[in-house]
Amino acid sequence: MASRNLTACEMREAMGKGELSAREATEECLEAIERLDAKVRAFLSTDAAAARRRAREIDRRLKAGETPGLLAGVPVAVKDNLCTADGQPTTCASRILEGWKAPYNAHVVERLLAEGAVILGKTNLDEFAMGSSTENSGFEATRNPWDLNRVPGGSSGGSAAAVAARMVPVALGSDTGGSIRQPAALCGVVGLKPTYGRVSRYGLVAFASSLDQIGPFGRTVADAALVLQAIAGHDPRDSTSVAEPVPDYLARLEEPLEPLRIGVPKEFFGEGLDAQVERVVREALGVYERLGAELVELSLPHATDYAIAAYYIVATSEASSNLARYDGVHYGYRSSGHADMIDMYMRTRAEGFGDEVKRRIMLGTYALSAGYYDAYYKKALKVRRLIREDYEAAFKRVDVIVGPTSPTPAFRLGERTADPLAMYLSDVYTVSCNLAAIAGISVPAGFTKAGLPVGLQILGNVFTEERLLRVARMYERETDWAARVPPVCEATA
Amino acid sequence: MSRPEPTPTIGLEVHMHLATRTKLFCGCEVAYDARPNSRVCPVCLGMPGVLPVMNEKAVELAVRMALALGCTIPDLAKWDRKHYYYPDLPKNYQISEYDQPLGVGGFLEISVEGGPSIPTMSGLGTALSLSKGGVKRIGITRVHLEEDAGKLMHDEGGGNSSVVDLNRTGTPLLEIVSEPEMNSPDEVRAYSTALRQLAVYLGVGRCNMQLGQMRFEPNISLRIGAGPDGKPRYTPIAEIKNLNSFRSVERAVAFEIARHREEYEADPKGYTLERLGKQTRGWIDDQEVTFLQRSKEEAHDYRYFPEPDLVPFVPDREWVDEIRASLPELPEARRRRFIDEYGLPEYDAGVLTADREVADFYETAARLCEDPKAASNWVMQDISRVLNERKVGMAGLPITPGALAELICLVRAGTINRNTGAEVFDKMLETGRSALEIVEAEGLAQTSDAGELEAIVEKVIADNPGPSADYRGGKEKALGRLIGEAMKASGGKANPQLVRGILVRKLRG
Repeated sequence: MASRNLTACEMREAMGKGELSAREATEECLEAIERLDAKVRAFLSTDAAAARRRAREIDRRLKAGETPGLLAGVPVAVKDNLCTADGQPTTCASRILEGWKAPYNAHVVERLLAEGAVILGKTNLDEFAMGSSTENSGFEATRNPWDLNRVPGGSSGGSAAAVAARMVPVALGSDTGGSIRQPAALCGVVGLKPTYGRVSRYGLVAFASSLDQIGPFGRTVADAALVLQAIAGHDPRDSTSVAEPVPDYLARLEEPLEPLRIGVPKEFFGEGLDAQVERVVREALGVYERLGAELVELSLPHATDYAIAAYYIVATSEASSNLARYDGVHYGYRSSGHADMIDMYMRTRAEGFGDEVKRRIMLGTYALSAGYYDAYYKKALKVRRLIREDYEAAFKRVDVIVGPTSPTPAFRLGERTADPLAMYLSDVYTVSCNLAAIAGISVPAGFTKAGLPVGLQILGNVFTEERLLRVARMYERETDWAARVPPVCEATA
Repeated sequence: MSRPEPTPTIGLEVHMHLATRTKLFCGCEVAYDARPNSRVCPVCLGMPGVLPVMNEKAVELAVRMALALGCTIPDLAKWDRKHYYYPDLPKNYQISEYDQPLGVGGFLEISVEGGPSIPTMSGLGTALSLSKGGVKRIGITRVHLEEDAGKLMHDEGGGNSSVVDLNRTGTPLLEIVSEPEMNSPDEVRAYSTALRQLAVYLGVGRCNMQLGQMRFEPNISLRIGAGPDGKPRYTPIAEIKNLNSFRSVERAVAFEIARHREEYEADPKGYTLERLGKQTRGWIDDQEVTFLQRSKEEAHDYRYFPEPDLVPFVPDREWVDEIRASLPELPEARRRRFIDEYGLPEYDAGVLTADREVADFYETAARLCEDPKAASNWVMQDISRVLNERKVGMAGLPITPGALAELICLVRAGTINRNTGAEVFDKMLETGRSALEIVEAEGLAQTSDAGELEAIVEKVIADNPGPSADYRGGKEKALGRLIGEAMKASGGKANPQLVRGILVRKLRG
């Protein structure tokens, strides 16, 4: 069957007219996975039989005239740090969770199922979402569909690559310091990190609890809006989810935001920014200007260098605590041949975790230790407050803040694995958004000369996703980046 | 050079299970007799991806206890994670409150230097010992909530493995930390029992020791005079872990005081808090000794930090005021009121207020019969005996305060005498019928016909010339013998007060 490469919104429309069935949509995606994933390696697991059963069930319900959900029949991929009680493993791409099957569904998975989505499989990530290239996966490295020798970004590299390679129209990822937006940028798709508290974290395996947030990937802004619509809202099981009403994200998506004041922080155009990326982003800003937006130069003094430092204290501290439970006692991997209990703990964790996870556990453990807590963790929280204040001040003057998502396009596999600091700097423009708990989106903004995608990051104040999506859509309407297809798809189509 | 006598300085950390239906952060039932690992869910098992949700009832009970202890409820209480690795703690951290607890700065009053402690009527424990001495106020440093761990059982199969039961994991624990203001094992016992009594009184905890619902960790050191700077000096602080009975906490404290004295006397310069710091000790119950578990150098670094999965607890002031207003009268205040309002002796007031059900029963009966002293006697003697015999609480008794009040009135009106009253009481217990029904059905009403009594009394005087002459001659004791004879002659139905009156009139009138 020839793949039509429909977006989720187009699938909805086609199914509404009876021109497409859930089964057909699912088969097209399964076929694309079959054809492409040996090269891209976006998925850690798929269950084609279960997906087909589910699609048939959705078709039956549609035929019976049942109210179709927002995502009725739409195939979706889910990052493998989201719990699914469907019998597929939930691994977080870590050996330490090998063999573990979640006994419950994450809140977002429940929401997807309630809205009729067909979950095709679980996507690859940096182990426990710690990384910016998906190379830290305990199982395999995912490739960038635009250049198979390059990384897809991370940590939600599997979801970004799966959407970019048209294996699924939409997917879920999680974003702790840029893990949705950065791979979206590097793979040329749309990725949205909602406001902290907009989406329930229940069932998201925690990396850094005060920063983690689940969000959608799609090829279009409308698809991201559609999936956000399905997953946003208060959940009593997550005390940090907020009971803020969920607006209709699609209702006014086509309406431009007027007047529109765009903040352009000078810190997002400093040292380390690739010249081609800067060119693409400046051109995008030019598009907004032509649309009548006012560009306002501003400064976020704490949002880059300080943010990276604060981020790697806060995130690793929380991670060292959140990952304490993986000890071989109750579930997951347990080392054999241990001498006693302490030895079992040590061997299990030494064998089960990869290097980057160990590095972060050690950093976090150190930061929280007696005598160091005030100098590191407490100070990082102070910096975090300053970052929030930077943004609060900025959002009094502007509606959104725009800049590059990532300082560089996709880098080569292995290029930064030996240099953790270089890897950490991939997130220099994205981490402050998580520290400030605001919303951010990355939209495709063009390509480098070598044909690598570049992402435009748009940041909005807390709970302004509706406006943020409209601002993103204003730009998207003026461009046709979403129509470009990665070479890997064409080569084998 | 003589050293001043070292003074024991003791503080107590008490952990108690709150009487909630469900656990602190999930909906699992709190159960003590369930099959191992049958009251668990992904949340209390600490599975990947789960999040805690605060049990509001637990917080309410904690605030209730804190208020009863006179604590201030700060504007914000914060949850923190306390890290340590142990297989009974699935997350390898415990959610607790570290530097911003929900209650601070209260006190508990205990009676000191008293006689023997007084058994409560429910037979479940002992009341605070009452005293000729007086009341001592023990400061409460803080009250906070945390989750309990599971239970590890070693070598159950005789092999080299351990098993863990996680039913208890996540049970709400209230930790109450006292100031180091107790000075003897007696005071520690008085404090512990008063705390238990208060928690049970308030419905905050059930405090069943056998079920591990109340556990103690005393901190002990000796104050050994003052240093050159004038500040008091101490022997090293010993913290004894996990004592789970009044007896063990009292004995462990006594043991530690003696051990500290010995160590200090052997090495007055070296055995100091400055040099040795704080150590953690365990208690071997059957040998009644403590042993060193961890010295200062081996102390855990718990790496506390704010729990990011929970929002801080910001108590609504009106809600706190409502809880404060709903507090019942507390045992100590009630004891004093019983003395003032009902004219009861201290001892009686102490026994009657040791248990809230008993106090409520007594007070209702006393008000109905308008004879607080008689009601006190009945409750302390007859009711108490039955409770002890039957090993039940007040709720297990088939007698209401109203039924007792009626019985008291029948006795006071002279319809029956006290002895017959005791028989009627037993029949009330057996049959559940009212006192009046029993008296009427069995013809127990005592003879009050003055003419008939007059004849009986005259015959008694005639038949007992000796005692009669004695009494006429001024020997008061003889009257009792004559009253007894008259009662016998009436078949026990005569009103002894009436008999007494007639005898006095005839012999001395």
